[in-house]
Amino acid sequence: MSDTHAIGARRALAPARPREAVRPPNGAGFGLSRYKRFASSIVILLLWQGASMAGLIAPRTLAAPTTIVATAWELILSGELPHNLLVSLGRVAAGLVIGVSSGVTLALIAGLSKRGEEIVDAPMQMLRTLPFLALVPLFILWFGIGEAPKIALVSLGSAFPVYLTLFAGIRGTDPKLMEAGRVFGLDRAGLIRHVVLPGALPSGLVGLRYALGSALLSLVIAEQINATAGIGFLINDARDFLRTDVIVVGLVVYALLGLLADALVRTVERRALAWRPNLIKG
Amino acid sequence: MSDQRNVSVRGLTRRFGSNTVLHGLDLELEPGSFTALLGRSGSGKTTLLRTLAGLDPAPAEAAIDLPDRVAAVFQEPRLLPWKRIWANVALGLSGADPKERAERALGEVGLARHLEAWPATLSGGEAQRAALARALVREPRLLLLDEPFAALDALTRIRMHALVLDLWRAHGPTTLIVTHDVDEAVLLADRVLVLDAGRIAADIAVDMPRPRSHGDAGFVALRRRLLSELGLEAEVIREAA
Repeated sequence: MSDTHAIGARRALAPARPREAVRPPNGAGFGLSRYKRFASSIVILLLWQGASMAGLIAPRTLAAPTTIVATAWELILSGELPHNLLVSLGRVAAGLVIGVSSGVTLALIAGLSKRGEEIVDAPMQMLRTLPFLALVPLFILWFGIGEAPKIALVSLGSAFPVYLTLFAGIRGTDPKLMEAGRVFGLDRAGLIRHVVLPGALPSGLVGLRYALGSALLSLVIAEQINATAGIGFLINDARDFLRTDVIVVGLVVYALLGLLADALVRTVERRALAWRPNLIKG
Repeated sequence: MSDQRNVSVRGLTRRFGSNTVLHGLDLELEPGSFTALLGRSGSGKTTLLRTLAGLDPAPAEAAIDLPDRVAAVFQEPRLLPWKRIWANVALGLSGADPKERAERALGEVGLARHLEAWPATLSGGEAQRAALARALVREPRLLLLDEPFAALDALTRIRMHALVLDLWRAHGPTTLIVTHDVDEAVLLADRVLVLDAGRIAADIAVDMPRPRSHGDAGFVALRRRLLSELGLEAEVIREAA
């Protein structure tokens, strides 16, 4: 788990870089530089297409880009892709609901009371060091090979990042703000509601971003376990028939899910953290 | 405000480990008076203020009598960054129409146009005015100011002095300002206390008409006297003056 967190951390800690910063001052060159960014990717695609058409890359090694696009279109029209995507999304959603809500609950228990911390934090810190994907064999023995181990894996992958960041956020509350709250008549419940939780929200949302990345990774691994539907099933099935075009379509869908997850958290952040100085100006 | 009680502290001793910060301190404040508490760092002035604000527990052997409504302004504004200005002022208010009362208080400190602003968008002076409004809206009987202008630039500080005096005259809370700035103490207060080694070492009445300025007769003499109470040698004072 520590590996995946490190990756997630880097992505989350290099935050939404203000796009203005990249834009040249006069703004006129913006459109051009934007296309420039994609130029090398397009060249690579063209080379790939050319190599495929010239027979340098066999279809069973890697299908041509045009074939992949056509296959994607077919898969969408036949309903195969939407169906499998829905199954995968259902797994992520169920796993996230369980994982995020248990992460939040445990963080609140450990963060808001000393005894809660004594009970919850030590086992969580110990479990966190375990690479959770290594639990797959155990999960299969416990939950069989149906939906349960897949959802459990996604839950586990998403619970820890939320727990760790929210717990740290709660404990990082500015004592000066707590004092001000006390002077102005807030009781314990009021302090938690008006000072502690809003203050912990930014790091909690960073945790949510890690959690979504981790959930997606868990999904990929989980769908290798004897799945009969889902994007992972689509990929595994295609492997048996040497359909590299279908495999690439599946990979692209996974990538799009990652982008979508990131955009989702950013939207939530923009709304929930509108008070932050760097967001006010943007 | 006729039922306003005196602020009275008797025999307040505070120790942190082997270090005695307040040493059997006695303090009486007249209702509606404006008192400045001067002292070097480590003299115990912040500890006294925190005890009066209820942030540090009062030791059982001390007799402390305070009004019910105490409000404080700290050196930093301590606004909650995630609440708009009016919501910061209305924080913890009970009773009818907290928003309307918060808006009125913000109007009094000249922030009527910033009700919906986020704290991070305010300047240092504006944020400190919002902190003043947050204290005022509670209609405190005792207003504690803990070096509230120390972090502001000189011009802003002059404006804040005038504002604090206006608000004090309009609302009449017993006011205690902790400061290490002798000029600020003489400009604002009716009475200046010098705290030294956990005791009140000097208690000096300031009867100069307001508004006061550095050029007033008596200002320089009073300033010199306070500085020497604070332990500055006579030559140093003359050089500084």
